[in-house]
Amino acid sequence: MDIQKTAFEKASYFGRFGGTFVPELLIPPLTELEEAMRTIMVSKEFQSELALLLRDYVGRPSPLYRCPNLSQELGFDLFLKREDLNHTGAHKVNNTMGQALLTKYMGKPVLLAETGAGQHGVATATAAAMMGLQCLVFMGATDVKRQAHNVMRMELLGAKVIPVQSGTQTLKDATNAALRYWIAEQETTHYCLGSVVGPHPFPTLVRDLQAVIGKEIKAQSLEQTGVLPDYVVACVGGGSNAIGAFYDFIEDESVKLVGVEAAGTGEPDCYNSASINKGTPGVLHGALTLLLQTKDGQILPSHSVAPGLDYPGVGPEHAHLHDSGRATYTSVNDEQAIEAFNTLCLKEGIIPALESSHALAWVLENRDSIPAGSRVVVNLSGRGDKDLGIVEEIIAARGEVA
Amino acid sequence: MAQSRLQQRIKAANDAGRKALIPFLPGGYPDQERFWEEITELDKGGADVIEIGVPFSDPVADGPVVEQASLACIESGVCLEWIIQELTRHRDAIGAEIVLMGYMNPFYQYGLKRFAQDAARAGVAGIIIPDVPLEEAAAFRAELDAVGIDLIALIGLNTPRERMEQYAAVSSGFVYLVSVLGITGARDTLPDKVRGKLAEAREVFDLPLALGFGIKSPEQLDAFGDHLDAVVFGSALIQHIRGGESAASFMERWR
Repeated sequence: MDIQKTAFEKASYFGRFGGTFVPELLIPPLTELEEAMRTIMVSKEFQSELALLLRDYVGRPSPLYRCPNLSQELGFDLFLKREDLNHTGAHKVNNTMGQALLTKYMGKPVLLAETGAGQHGVATATAAAMMGLQCLVFMGATDVKRQAHNVMRMELLGAKVIPVQSGTQTLKDATNAALRYWIAEQETTHYCLGSVVGPHPFPTLVRDLQAVIGKEIKAQSLEQTGVLPDYVVACVGGGSNAIGAFYDFIEDESVKLVGVEAAGTGEPDCYNSASINKGTPGVLHGALTLLLQTKDGQILPSHSVAPGLDYPGVGPEHAHLHDSGRATYTSVNDEQAIEAFNTLCLKEGIIPALESSHALAWVLENRDSIPAGSRVVVNLSGRGDKDLGIVEEIIAARGEVA
Repeated sequence: MAQSRLQQRIKAANDAGRKALIPFLPGGYPDQERFWEEITELDKGGADVIEIGVPFSDPVADGPVVEQASLACIESGVCLEWIIQELTRHRDAIGAEIVLMGYMNPFYQYGLKRFAQDAARAGVAGIIIPDVPLEEAAAFRAELDAVGIDLIALIGLNTPRERMEQYAAVSSGFVYLVSVLGITGARDTLPDKVRGKLAEAREVFDLPLALGFGIKSPEQLDAFGDHLDAVVFGSALIQHIRGGESAASFMERWR
């Protein structure tokens, strides 16, 4: 048998990125998961049940909303894909409902998750409670502090939140801890990974569950304007909301796909989360992708004012879309994101997540280079209630009154 | 196929009526100077093969003991380049064979071809990379094969026989059976499944079998008799050194 030509391996790469860089002990559950994707996920029964859950429980389709005030000011049509209106307040729930349903069909009683901003943890806890599964969430100790309300939400939903004290005490360490736990408890547990990162088949699984965003954008855009959008813009940490928004447009070359990373404070040599713009190829958490790292291959701490973007790597499919030039990846800094956050609050009455504020900030910063009359879709991946503590601190630090 | 240096070394220990001893210590632990003293003690204390850990910031297969030791080494400036340079300097004074154990990214950044050539010059006999399973190993194995360094197969209690056969077709040196479905770290007891998996591996592989993960005392091996040829211990050794003891005193009970 030519091990270099197994279907598993061929399917596991996006161009030169991706793969299955995990301990041998994790190969059996990954193979089992891939098999479940091939058999259970494509079945009519699973697809019908998921479609109903997305409609009646999650609240899909989420609206594609034209911002009247900002559109007038900018001179082009600014649409928001309102993932913030999903149950639990973010796009994350599309993925967790799918993976939780798959877990139920696979006959495993426990859902395991890692979380940074807490949105994926809340979405996993929600799906687990709804489907009668136990839920365990690893979260960096730093994130536990800065996302206290989400921790409480997870606990109210019956999940056990485990603070991770090792390393930088953020998302990457929570991911390490979750992978370690999964190695030991794989027989009863499904690891509900929260982004399009990790070993094959996770980047494909999560993308397929988030692709509903782009499919809806396409249908809604055609219905509302009669044409495809000119730009689809999304923030990129691991990249699940972005790949979800982009995926259905990859073949539509007239549509510009823009991923927006977090540049941190924006100062030279500051910690950031811009792994495509500032990273180099390397292996972390099961995949070869673009990473923030030292020349010796040690993973660097990341930073963003938006906890959900605070990760030193990116999904391998994004690294490939960057490589191939199909999508453009750029970055905005914390300050620009906060500015965009304020603008959307004041101009449209919508409080966006700080993650999504990065995508919006790119549009605002580049208003002069976007042709008048363009149709620009920003994927508003989540709502900002969870970030009020962070915003409050920033306002206090500036000496302004909230 | 001719036996590799690692195979020969383990067989020599077995011919002498004992299991080969493979202690593990992260490169540069407990500090850069004492590390080579401890390696020398391990060597004099009866180690047949010494496994040197290449520290990595995100070691997913390791428990807290190895992780903390590795992070301390990174803090002190240890990197793969340091290990290879220092090994080149000390290699002639060490009788045991040397295996490097580390995660893929530092090797990838070093450059696989460059690493293979430099490691061969430094006298490295084998490499263990926990996050490189069969699917991802071919390119690295080709570079290592070219310079005569073994890429050690890691198999688990959950590795099916068919997959072990695929490993057997390409592996050399020895086979490392991970004794627990979990991460590194000393444990009081080993799972019942270990014996059966060792017996199965013995049928599939024409290579020595080493048992590692979770092992802290020679008594734990009594149950396995001739089912294994070598034993790897790391966390228990690190804890021993961290407690102010020497590598030499740790080795005494294993001889």
